[in-house]
Amino acid sequence: MYPREFDYVAPASLDEALDALAANPGAKVMSGGMSLLPLMKMRLFSPEMVVDIGRIPGLDDITDQEDHIAIGALVRHHQTATSALVAEHAAALAEAAAYTGDNQVRRRGTTCGSLAHADIAADQPAGALAAGATMVAASKNGKREIAAADFFVDTLTSALEPDEILVGIRIPKTGGGSAYDKLGRRGGHSDYAVAGAAAWVRKSNGTVEDARIALTGVGTKPMLAAGSMEAFIGSDGSAAAIAAAADRATEGVTVLEDLYGSEAYKAHLARVFVARALEQALARA
Amino acid sequence: MSTTTSALGGVIRRKEDPALIRGRGRYVDDIKRTGELAAAFVRSPFANARINSIDVSAATAMAGVHAVYTIDDVRHLGPLIAQVPVGKLRPLLADGAVKHVGEAVAMVVADNRYIAQDAVDAIFVDYEPLEAVVDLKDAASDRVKVHDDLDSNVLLAWVGHEWWADVIAVEDPRPKIEEAKQRDDAVIVELEMVNQRLIPVAIEPRSVVASWNEGYERFEVYSSSQIPHALGGAIAKTFGLASNAVHVRAPEVGGGFGCKLNVYPDEILVCFASMRLHRPVRFTETRRESAVSTIQGRGWVATATLTGTPDGRILGYELRALTDMGAYSQNFTVAIPLLGLWVSAGQYDIPAYFEAKCVVTNTQTTDAYRGAGRPEALYYIERMIDAYAREIGMDPAEVRRKNYWKNDQFPAVNNTGLAIDSGDYETNLDKLLEMADYEGLKRMQAEARAEGRYIGIGLSTYLEICGFGPSVLSEIGFGWNNYGLPSSFSGSGLVRVNPDGSATVIIGTGPSGQGHETTWAQIASSVLGITTDKIRVSHGDTAESPMGVGTFGSRSAAVDGTATYEAAVKVRDKAAEIAAHLMEAAPEDIRFADGGAHVVGTPGRVVTWEEIADVAYRPHRGPDGLDAGLEAHAVFSPGNATWPFGSHIAVVEVDPETGNVEFLRYIGIDDCGNVINPMIVDGQVHGGIAQGVGQALFEEAIYDDAGNLLSGSLIDYPIPTAGDLPSFELGRTVTPTDVNPMGVKGIGEAGTIGSAQTIVNAVVDALAPLGVKHIDMPLRPRKVWQAIQDARG
Ligand SMILES: Cc1cc2nc3c(=O)[nH]c(=O)nc-3n(C[C@H](O)[C@H](O)[C@H](O)COP(=O)(O)OP(=O)(O)OC[C@H]3O[C@@H](n4cnc5c(N)ncnc54)[C@H](O)[C@@H]3O)c2cc1C
Repeated sequence: MYPREFDYVAPASLDEALDALAANPGAKVMSGGMSLLPLMKMRLFSPEMVVDIGRIPGLDDITDQEDHIAIGALVRHHQTATSALVAEHAAALAEAAAYTGDNQVRRRGTTCGSLAHADIAADQPAGALAAGATMVAASKNGKREIAAADFFVDTLTSALEPDEILVGIRIPKTGGGSAYDKLGRRGGHSDYAVAGAAAWVRKSNGTVEDARIALTGVGTKPMLAAGSMEAFIGSDGSAAAIAAAADRATEGVTVLEDLYGSEAYKAHLARVFVARALEQALARA
Repeated sequence: MSTTTSALGGVIRRKEDPALIRGRGRYVDDIKRTGELAAAFVRSPFANARINSIDVSAATAMAGVHAVYTIDDVRHLGPLIAQVPVGKLRPLLADGAVKHVGEAVAMVVADNRYIAQDAVDAIFVDYEPLEAVVDLKDAASDRVKVHDDLDSNVLLAWVGHEWWADVIAVEDPRPKIEEAKQRDDAVIVELEMVNQRLIPVAIEPRSVVASWNEGYERFEVYSSSQIPHALGGAIAKTFGLASNAVHVRAPEVGGGFGCKLNVYPDEILVCFASMRLHRPVRFTETRRESAVSTIQGRGWVATATLTGTPDGRILGYELRALTDMGAYSQNFTVAIPLLGLWVSAGQYDIPAYFEAKCVVTNTQTTDAYRGAGRPEALYYIERMIDAYAREIGMDPAEVRRKNYWKNDQFPAVNNTGLAIDSGDYETNLDKLLEMADYEGLKRMQAEARAEGRYIGIGLSTYLEICGFGPSVLSEIGFGWNNYGLPSSFSGSGLVRVNPDGSATVIIGTGPSGQGHETTWAQIASSVLGITTDKIRVSHGDTAESPMGVGTFGSRSAAVDGTATYEAAVKVRDKAAEIAAHLMEAAPEDIRFADGGAHVVGTPGRVVTWEEIADVAYRPHRGPDGLDAGLEAHAVFSPGNATWPFGSHIAVVEVDPETGNVEFLRYIGIDDCGNVINPMIVDGQVHGGIAQGVGQALFEEAIYDDAGNLLSGSLIDYPIPTAGDLPSFELGRTVTPTDVNPMGVKGIGEAGTIGSAQTIVNAVVDALAPLGVKHIDMPLRPRKVWQAIQDARG
């Protein structure tokens, strides 16, 4: 657990941090360090420089912005899990944050760090996908917005460029209700997801007007379950509609086997959790 | 004379905790030596390979690197000294071949660990990979041999009635069992079950710093060890020194569970490097490294057969096991299944046959891990009793009751020829059933089943053998005389009343969280009447403490604790003579309490310990012929082991959709004889059950066919945390032993020995309506779900 030698900077402003990233192509952003440092210590990953964004002011709040809520880059899992704003507008994300790691990890790790890290079995990416979040990335050349659905590219790969910092995410206030549920590797909700699903649902006049359903732990990345969404949107949201949507959970998804589940088991769990997340989301809608 | 106050049985807060809670405890890595260097190891990525060459030139040339050693530098020191030299002894560094992933190939010594690690990365080893053998049945067939120079991968077979045939004659149970099988009404149940390999995961990885002082001609070693004296002996023997030329200290030890009951090559190699480089040298395992550089535990595959009558009388039990030794032999390795053999029939008076073949494989060596052989053995018998009870439709509690050793049979000679000291199994079971409200649980389960819920009630009893050990066992190797240590596992204690009336107790154990500083203070206090806050206990320092063998096998209280008790009695008897002289009373009338001596029936007359000590050190003021001083040392060699026992119940609910197992309750009634500190006993049981939960539900050292350890990090080797555990409901019965004067048995491993099968029994019970008969541990949701699918067809 001894990393290779690296340079370390802790800029006091976003501009300085972006300068450091632009000037050092081998540099890597660090927020909570909960995922980056273990990789470095195992020497699986050896950046030449670590740019610690932890001292940049103004990034550690969750704020109400009229038509959306904004979660800053340094907001910890614990804040996301316990925020009344997140509970109201993205309950699925709050639950995903609450089920992330243990208390120590939740007090240091950041929601944005978890998204940027893009682990295939991480919780909050599913919550962000279901919430229809927009990622705000900054570089020396300015800011750009990336839809959650376009953000998770592959295993441990997000749409961020090496010189970009994810400065925050925006969650639209779109009404409806959402929920996240998973089976953790240690059973219950404990530890990374063997499989999990987040769902957001908005109903109007007895019809599911809109919905987003996301999976984690199942495929090569956290992703929307397109088949389930297609089945569910426009349905009556009944138990039969939930079952029909759950049935299509892994449509078009390459299910990956790991130590915690065979392909068949993970595909089965995807169906179970899509159904459970939908039921809970509907109850809140 | 006797004491009027007794601190035995009292809940006294742990004297260890203030330092540990405040972060002031000192572990090996907290102890810095001036000028120390850091070691790191090149470890094999292959489970079986020839080494064609090792190129250390780039590493040696790196700034800050002091030395790189390979086997050529240390071959003259011989292989690692093992206590049970059966099988292949481990070379200090790989000698032309590697036999498991993680085997140390070269050692770098550098200014610091970062540079050392860089140098490790710069060493090029040319390996020629060979076919590895991991699967136990495959290995036992000798299709692929692990070591060319061993006749077979099967090192030996322990057989229940012949394990010590030339000393203990035991009848072969097989004819009786065969006869039973021929009965018309015979019910025969058979299961093949895996008791999977585990990684010990002490929270503090192993850590050692050694320095050779050429002025004193002595090694000064700090190591995170359960066996400081044995480590000193092994170092001395390796370097041809007297055992008193090695001073080992084991300061705070952050968990051991048996893995630190071994001497490791790195502990020898840091000594070697220090001697060569004239600097202290440190090695601390990293967390991930620890998974392959420290021993592992368990790893049995066995077929169990139980023959009985339709009304619950067991007529025969047979266990045929393959037990995984890993690649080399360390301190106990082949002896671990023997510990299982001794308790293989559990609490039952039944004809029982036991056979365990010790098989080498291309994996890390196995050795003692909490329970060591006994959890495996109890797992099998207790799983089988449940399977049998289900087969005949009888309540599993009643089947157990029907086959117990009865109270009037103790000491009961079991199927291995050893005598179980004492027991009262029915009282223990009854107390458990009452505390659990067993009948109520069964009603609750029936109601839940009617609602389509899968709730299971799992019961297990256990028998343990511990308190090692009887001197006679040294004849089969339970002793460390080949290390220059005592030839049997005796215990020792030194008790000193200081001139200021405080007392110092020095013991030869090597605790790693068991609370010896507290319980030993209670032992001394109970005899001397000095309050525990005035008693300080020190341990783990081989220059200071009497010769002791260390802390393992739930032995410390029963053996070293007894020695301390006896030493305290010697001091008390002497003090009574002094006090009697000062108070002009008879020594028989002296009682010790509240920090001094009293005369029975004469309140108000007190002689303090200061006054007694004052006289003890100028004997002309004392009774005629008084020897000076107020301290005593005792060595205790028990006549028998001790045999704790207990019964546990787990209540679980299984989510049939996901296979997730959730605890509803966990109840345990343990019997460890007399209790010194109930809080510490409960704490030991908590930790023990936690490790049983870990084995039952989460933990598994998973090797692929090529011998790669797939679960070598805590990401893939989940250990239970407080949040994963049920709230334990504990109680106890007290059946003292007569093996030692305090009547104490041992509690360090009981929780682990009793729990894994309790949980598996519960899960299988939950799924019984579906026809599930067995699921191999760990019961990860994927396996439970798969078992449900298979049962449903
Ligand atoms: C013991 C333990 C248990 C865990 N359990 C879980 C679990 O159950 N579920 C789960 O989902 N996760 C779990 N995690 C991961 C945890 O949630 C991490 O906190 C999270 O994945 C990363 O967040 P971080 O802020 O620590 O990021 P860091 O470790 O600092 O960074 C992670 C990666 O993201 C990049 N990055 C971070 N922030 C930014 C940014 N603002 N802009 C651009 N790039 C950025 C870094 O360069 C790095 O590549 C666990 C971690 C640990 C140590």
